[in-house]
Amino acid sequence: MNIFKKTIFSVLASLLIIGNVSASDKIKIGTEGAYPPWNSKDASGKLIGFEVELAWSLCRYMGKQCTIVEQDWDGMIPALIMRKFDAIMAGMSITAERQKAISFSQGYADEVASLAVMKGSDLEGIDTPEGVNLTLGGSTVNKALKTLTSALAGKTVCTQTATIHQNFLESGDVGKINLRTYKTQDEVNLDLASGRCDVALAAAVAFTDYSEKSGKPVVLVGPTFSGGAFGNGVGVGIRKDDTELLKSFNKAINQARKNGDISRIATKWFGFDASM
Amino acid sequence: MDLELMINSFPKLLNASIITLKLLSVSLIIGLLIGLIFAILRLNKNIFINRFAYGYSYVFRGTPLLVQIFIIYFGLGQIEYLRSTFLWIILKEPYWCAIIAFALNTGAYTSEILRSAFQTIKPGMIEAGKSLGIPSKIIFYKIQIPIAIRQSLPAYGNEIILMMKGTSLASTVTLMDLTGVAKYIISTTFKPIEVFIVAGGIYLFMTFIIHNVIKFLEKRYGFSQ
Repeated sequence: MNIFKKTIFSVLASLLIIGNVSASDKIKIGTEGAYPPWNSKDASGKLIGFEVELAWSLCRYMGKQCTIVEQDWDGMIPALIMRKFDAIMAGMSITAERQKAISFSQGYADEVASLAVMKGSDLEGIDTPEGVNLTLGGSTVNKALKTLTSALAGKTVCTQTATIHQNFLESGDVGKINLRTYKTQDEVNLDLASGRCDVALAAAVAFTDYSEKSGKPVVLVGPTFSGGAFGNGVGVGIRKDDTELLKSFNKAINQARKNGDISRIATKWFGFDASM
Repeated sequence: MDLELMINSFPKLLNASIITLKLLSVSLIIGLLIGLIFAILRLNKNIFINRFAYGYSYVFRGTPLLVQIFIIYFGLGQIEYLRSTFLWIILKEPYWCAIIAFALNTGAYTSEILRSAFQTIKPGMIEAGKSLGIPSKIIFYKIQIPIAIRQSLPAYGNEIILMMKGTSLASTVTLMDLTGVAKYIISTTFKPIEVFIVAGGIYLFMTFIIHNVIKFLEKRYGFSQ
């Protein structure tokens, strides 16, 4: 009987060791699940969205077994550093500030930011160019920022915490505003609709998605923003010491791009090709 | 451990604790008033008044503070009719929504603390007052209330400390209190441990002060039986 027990024990132990050997083929990807259409949850609580589908596709290219886990936005980078998961795919733009803490793969998608108000707001008629690229600068950009500065003066501007949108609003480019930050984009949308926020800033699709699903008259105003504080596209966030994983993600993104997978999935979720 | 970050974030966090103390003191004052009124209502012989007061404390002690804040802040914000009334002037502001939630919550606990304190007053004391010909209203204000307040000091001190920690939930409705600013610093430095240790230290210090003030008051106004 004793020998029998020992055998079972050693078999179990060896199984555990084998399991460990293949552990590098298993990765966990963290996402927020609250920023449609990038990533969100369906009625049954299952994670869905552009990045969820793209993650499965990239994992197939890398030949890795992936699990996608949920993490609150404001704890996303600390959770990655503390090894709760191995990669972030959560609509996270590549910015210099974040690159001090983590590495990013090449960008896989890009999407412009926009201000939004409720229909009937006095900001609706604001006269600015269609798009503003902060990296380019120049007199048109400066003029647009000046118009925005006077339009936003004294207004309550709402955005999600720890985002490129918050960075931009705090940069002083649009002067001193009454800024309010929220844990999730859902909460920003709720307070925009209730009238607590005069105007909100987020990815343009986040507002159009909300407007479509809730039927609330949310209107995009002002220019679309890119460059500068808005970063250089959205990439996969990876721990700095995890260079192997970074390489395989970059390779997988290249392959997925070449085969048209990224643009196909992007078109499916955004309604236009947001891939890059 | 990033010691420099801890030192740098300390003044910012200390500054933010002013909002925490403001939230705490305003909601405690309103809450004490609510608590006193509802404790008196609980002692009323009329079954409807009694049940109403019991229902209030039952609901607010039986649901999480976070849920109460969310209902008051996001929930009431959804009711379109409310937005056209004067109430919206108050409910529009996250600060007042937090105060309303905190005051109603602590009011419910305070009413229970005071009620049990009233009930521990020995009938002999009231009878002694009556035998001296003191009107029952005066007995209530001059004998029952002071004794009840003394009796409830230890439990109420606990409630103050619980409420102080409860104010950290104000950060969920965009207020930049101690926890809110701590989260903000973390969002730019990505170092939660250092910042939360400093924030926790400040909370602990506030508890230390409250605890000692209550202890002092207990000694000063307490009586041995």
